[in-house]
Amino acid sequence: MENFDVIIVGGGPAGLSAAISAANGGMKTLVIERGDYPGTKNVMGGILYTKATDMVVSEFWKEAPLERPIIEQRIAMLSGDESILAGYRDPDWAKEPYNAHSILRVKFDRWLAQQAEKAGVMIITETLVEDLLYQNGNVVGVRTGRAEGDLGAKVVIIAEGVNNFLAVKTGLAKPLKPASVAVTVKEVIALPKEKIEDRFCLDEGQGATIELYGDSTAGMMGVGFIYTNKDSISIGVGAILASVIREQWTPNDLLENLKSKPYVKRLLQGGETKEYLAHLIPEGGYTQVPRLHRQGVMVVGDTAMLMNSLNREGSNLAMISGKIAGEVAAQAIKAGDVSDQAMAVYEARLRDSFVLKDLYHYRHMGQFFENNPHLLKIYPKMFSKAAKMYLTADGTPKKQRQKEIMQMLFNQRSKGGIIKDIYGAWRALL
Amino acid sequence: MHFVVCLKQVPDTSEVRIDPHTNTLMREGVPSIINPYDAHGLEEAIRLKDKVGGKVTIVSMGPPQAKEALKKAMSFGADRAILLSDRAFGGSDSLATAYIISTALKKIHETEPVDLVFAGKEAIDGDTAQTGPGIAQRLGFPQLTYAIRIRELTDTSVTVERKTESGRQIVQAQLPALITVEKELNDIRYATLPHMMKAAAYEPEIWTVNALSFDLTQMGLKGSPTSVSRIFAPPGRSGGEIIDGLNDPAGTAASVVQKLFQQNVIMVNPLMKGGKR
Repeated sequence: MENFDVIIVGGGPAGLSAAISAANGGMKTLVIERGDYPGTKNVMGGILYTKATDMVVSEFWKEAPLERPIIEQRIAMLSGDESILAGYRDPDWAKEPYNAHSILRVKFDRWLAQQAEKAGVMIITETLVEDLLYQNGNVVGVRTGRAEGDLGAKVVIIAEGVNNFLAVKTGLAKPLKPASVAVTVKEVIALPKEKIEDRFCLDEGQGATIELYGDSTAGMMGVGFIYTNKDSISIGVGAILASVIREQWTPNDLLENLKSKPYVKRLLQGGETKEYLAHLIPEGGYTQVPRLHRQGVMVVGDTAMLMNSLNREGSNLAMISGKIAGEVAAQAIKAGDVSDQAMAVYEARLRDSFVLKDLYHYRHMGQFFENNPHLLKIYPKMFSKAAKMYLTADGTPKKQRQKEIMQMLFNQRSKGGIIKDIYGAWRALL
Repeated sequence: MHFVVCLKQVPDTSEVRIDPHTNTLMREGVPSIINPYDAHGLEEAIRLKDKVGGKVTIVSMGPPQAKEALKKAMSFGADRAILLSDRAFGGSDSLATAYIISTALKKIHETEPVDLVFAGKEAIDGDTAQTGPGIAQRLGFPQLTYAIRIRELTDTSVTVERKTESGRQIVQAQLPALITVEKELNDIRYATLPHMMKAAAYEPEIWTVNALSFDLTQMGLKGSPTSVSRIFAPPGRSGGEIIDGLNDPAGTAASVVQKLFQQNVIMVNPLMKGGKR
């Protein structure tokens, strides 16, 4: 049986970041990935944040396969054929230090894996880790699905992604609940560069994002998204699995519904679907974060539920958690102490960083939307109606029109209801 | 015994499409794989090595990224991998390729005499089935093509069951020999973890045009008499007919049978005509 200092289960952003920092700490490090190569099984909407990535691979933007730097973020609220739009654009985001880039994971993760290999990490692919190996209750390695497949490790970092089989087996996490995950489907639609830049009002090479709420998810808790790549557009939609089951949607119908919206249709016109992807997104939030460590084990990334859905941040949380876990593993191994107490440094550092602070900040959000399923159903409609009444020039005096709008709003939802909703949203989000 | 496996990295043709406007292959984003027939040749070589002992050497020709295929091939338990890679080899057809690989095999043969060479019956990207036989010819080795079973291997001979259009044939040849293989030959193993680890750390040898004394006129575009005059996509199939079978199964069955008769897919056995059904 071959022995390693650190074995990482899973070659996504969290696992590869952990591998890089462990290897940089002088550890003999192995990543075990079940796909053909890192990236083949990995899915996200497609936005990579610069700051966190830079902390893992310094000045990665000079080499990494990125699509477009994001200079504009739009929010759209859809109600039937109507839409309310808002957004922020900053051309400074097109240059260093960037804020975020669109990426295609199959390319980016493969590149990140190459950086890990350069740092001295060994990567074994097409291999599934089935269990951990124990000796006197202590974790001493992993068991893979291959013949002669046991490997020794002082520390195992579980970065297996949202499907947390191994974390459940070790007793650190509970099986996923439909209320804690969103099911997301996405298409990559090919379009010529110039068309993308024209349609999104972009200078050459720049990118934009649109998040779509309301009817984009048929009023279920979730979000639709459109991200510009170099010569394609990523469009997708995700909603909490429990509500998708309850309201009997199929994820594909949800995506087709979004693609058929007038505002969206025009952006995609003439494009050809190149890829179709689907994945679960961990959206359980702070209350569903599993136990993050035990003797010789740490849990990172999606497996640790480290996902801030409101700000659509996930890969950055994953990479920071991985980086910290890799560092903690190296320190612990050097000190000759991989006890639960030594691993707890990882959780302490996560709590001290934006990763768990942000999750804690939004800890009431999931429950709030779960208890108030009307929010994303009635408010987009109310706001659209109000905007239409206010902006239609039909000769009604404005004072009277404003009164009518207020009346309309209170007809849809009582004054008390609106106050309750605003207070609830305030508590959940601010 | 020294087994050599000829192996090619090919685009996964199940994922290649042809641009209907330009009639060219759309290779972008198409994953590369080990030619499946070659993988069966590799498997057989490793099985024989496990049985009689010896060494398995893999030889491939291709661009630098073909190293990936060789590393993968190593994970099944091979001992050495050589990639023939040079700009000068580019554009070679099956004639020139057979020349280049056979020249490399001669060099290997000088230092480590080769007993048995395996190659796939053909590569799935070209379907020519010429390179293997071409190599055998140039080495002066007997060639046993379309093998579906190795019946016996002795120190001096190999007996092979081969597939022919009309049936099966059992043939024997003196060693050294070259065998091209069908998929029926074996089932490919699931690599062991120690072999995977060895392969992950392994760097294939790269042989360029300078590694051997090549005749430059016999390789590349210049050495390739084959010219592709046209590539076209076969016409797409027209959509089938869907018959609703839920409401009236018996009627549906009758109409299906009738349609099959009309299309001459099935016919009444003339001997049974008028007889009992």
